Amino acid sequence: MSIHNWEASQPIISINDVHKSFGALEVLKGVSLDVMKGEVICVIGPSGSGKSTLIRCINALNDIDSGSIKVEGREVNDPDLDKLALRKKVGMVFQQYNLFPHKTALENIMMAPVKVLKQPKDEVEKRARTLIKRVNLEGKEDGYPGELSGGQQQRVAIARSLAMNPDVMLFDEVTAALDPETVKEVLVAIKNLAQDGMTCILVTHEMGFAREIADHIYFTDRGVIVEHGPPSSFFTDAKDPRTKEFLSQIL
Amino acid sequence: MNSFQQFFFDLNEKYPKWNFIFFYDPTQTDRVLSGLWMTIQLAVVCVILSVVIGLIGAWLQGSHSRFLRSIVQGYIQFFRNTPPLIQLLFFYFALGQFTPTYSPDGWLEVPIISNVGWAIISLSFFAGAFNVEIFRAGIEAVPESTQEAAEALGMNRLQIYLYVVLPLAFRVSLPALNNNLVNLVKTTTQALAIAVPELLYQMVSIYNDYSTAQNASMTVLFVVYIILVGILVIAMNRWEKANRIPGYGN
Repeated sequence: MSIHNWEASQPIISINDVHKSFGALEVLKGVSLDVMKGEVICVIGPSGSGKSTLIRCINALNDIDSGSIKVEGREVNDPDLDKLALRKKVGMVFQQYNLFPHKTALENIMMAPVKVLKQPKDEVEKRARTLIKRVNLEGKEDGYPGELSGGQQQRVAIARSLAMNPDVMLFDEVTAALDPETVKEVLVAIKNLAQDGMTCILVTHEMGFAREIADHIYFTDRGVIVEHGPPSSFFTDAKDPRTKEFLSQIL
Repeated sequence: MNSFQQFFFDLNEKYPKWNFIFFYDPTQTDRVLSGLWMTIQLAVVCVILSVVIGLIGAWLQGSHSRFLRSIVQGYIQFFRNTPPLIQLLFFYFALGQFTPTYSPDGWLEVPIISNVGWAIISLSFFAGAFNVEIFRAGIEAVPESTQEAAEALGMNRLQIYLYVVLPLAFRVSLPALNNNLVNLVKTTTQALAIAVPELLYQMVSIYNDYSTAQNASMTVLFVVYIILVGILVIAMNRWEKANRIPGYGN
């Protein structure tokens, strides 16, 4: 692995001219963006525009064909990549929660720190209980995922990811599968996280939420970033016709 | 002679076709008990080994190496598509010729793997072939997305297999595994063909020696296997219930 001296003044994530194809379909056609520590980034855009693929590439769930993704100065697009080191830094929450159905909420949160990081169990349990409180799930510690609502499961998933003490959190359309009445509780959990200074990258369709918490909004379409800017100007002064059309449909 | 033995002794006097000789002749009792013990040992060892073979086979089937995958596939095809009786005979008589021997007393040459050893190997591989397929079906039922979440938490392939895929796959596999293990317990009787002194072997020997004991032997055989398989099924069902996940899959 190459020597890297990353400093907090540099982008925590630096994506440069990334290309990615699935077979003949080119999903990312040269995407570049930088994220600073503590920033909250929202990526919006029509379905199939490559936004989910983009964030999946950041923690190497998908590999890329060309270009560069650096997380805290380390190149992700590297055959010798230490995936464990990367995934300790980058947490991810999925659309379908993907909890471990045979484990209780508490066990879901504890599993990776105990099994992967080999941290002492009682210490991890203490942290897990704090995290449960942090996502407002007190009393649900011993519930199995199948006994929890979608919104509760998604908050367990957030806590599970936080238990690894990541520096960056990726959210892949985390409210898209939820009942409307439970969307809010998940958004509140994410908002609290963002306010505590966690670097977050969200792929989302919740425009109101994006507007409220994002420092920067990126609009993707057909594999490229069409337009980006702070929410104050992005929603009102969109320049590109594609952005305008998308926003007119969704707002 | 105690009253139990006396009862069957008298029964034989009255109805000579129902000679439960092993219930009043201590020598025959010992033969039946030693046969039963052998059957139980054979069943327990083969059940455990076949499950281990199934788990390893299913793990190798998910390997990146095409070579390993085709070896597992070849193994399954061979053991699933040929009769277990022929496998037993093949292992003992054909392969048995090529295994080294040793001499415990300086006179007799004894093969390193006994007929019991070959029965265990052959029956475990036979049932193991089915178990690989059973576990594979269970593994395929575990959503890719659940494994992906484990991967995103930094788990490697082995950790994902041990802590996420197996526990879930196992629950899905239990009913099918149940059936296969019941079959395995019954198939241990075929070890008779290579003279493993299990229950059927002992019973057949007894009614060869005392032809009037035939009906009695058959009856006891049925009853014993109903009980043995019954115990296995009850244990497996309990296990299945104990492993049920609240709110999952129903």
